[in-house]
Amino acid sequence: MMFTAASLAILVALSLAIVRAVKGPTVFDRVLAGNSIGTLALLLLATVGFLTGRPEWLDIAITYGLLNLIGTLAILKFFRHGDLAYDVEDEA
Amino acid sequence: MQIIVDILSWAFILAGSFFICVGMVGLIRMPDLFTRMHAASVTDTLGAGLLFAGFMLQAGFTLVSVKLIFILGLLFFTGPVVTHALSQAALHAGILPRLQEDRRKRPETGAGGGSDADAARTKN
Repeated sequence: MMFTAASLAILVALSLAIVRAVKGPTVFDRVLAGNSIGTLALLLLATVGFLTGRPEWLDIAITYGLLNLIGTLAILKFFRHGDLAYDVEDEA
Repeated sequence: MQIIVDILSWAFILAGSFFICVGMVGLIRMPDLFTRMHAASVTDTLGAGLLFAGFMLQAGFTLVSVKLIFILGLLFFTGPVVTHALSQAALHAGILPRLQEDRRKRPETGAGGGSDADAARTKN
């Protein structure tokens, strides 16, 4: 019962984050909303694991958290430098 | 004994759910990117922390609690890293914080002149 309440709250928060990702005026607002969606998906995975009585979902949650970090940093690096494999010495 | 643990874990999980929703409402309502980042960090720290504290009370001293602590540690370290990279990239792209008044000391615009440039900057 408590896990159902928590997953409902996380779903509400996810819909709010998706609103910001669609609306966001700059690309960085969308990146921030995407990162929040990743964090909420991690929390939802952990909660659904408890809801179904199978805490193995926590392993998937850990993996998803790592992927979320790598993905966000790669997107930020791309939008900052315009290239994922930029050369440091090119920077003025 | 079990009922006390259940009540405590209800309290933690409801508080965590509340702060998760508060963080995302802040993501919608806040006026510019930097305040939105501030609001979104509530979800990462307080929301996830209280939620996982409630889960840990339910799981007890098992491997599940260790995994929950690992996830909390992951969020604890990756949240500030992502926020720092995001704000640095946004500043590099020319997005400035929205200010009521500019209190930074800038000697070239100190005495009188250049107030128009300051006003234009704050409207960003």
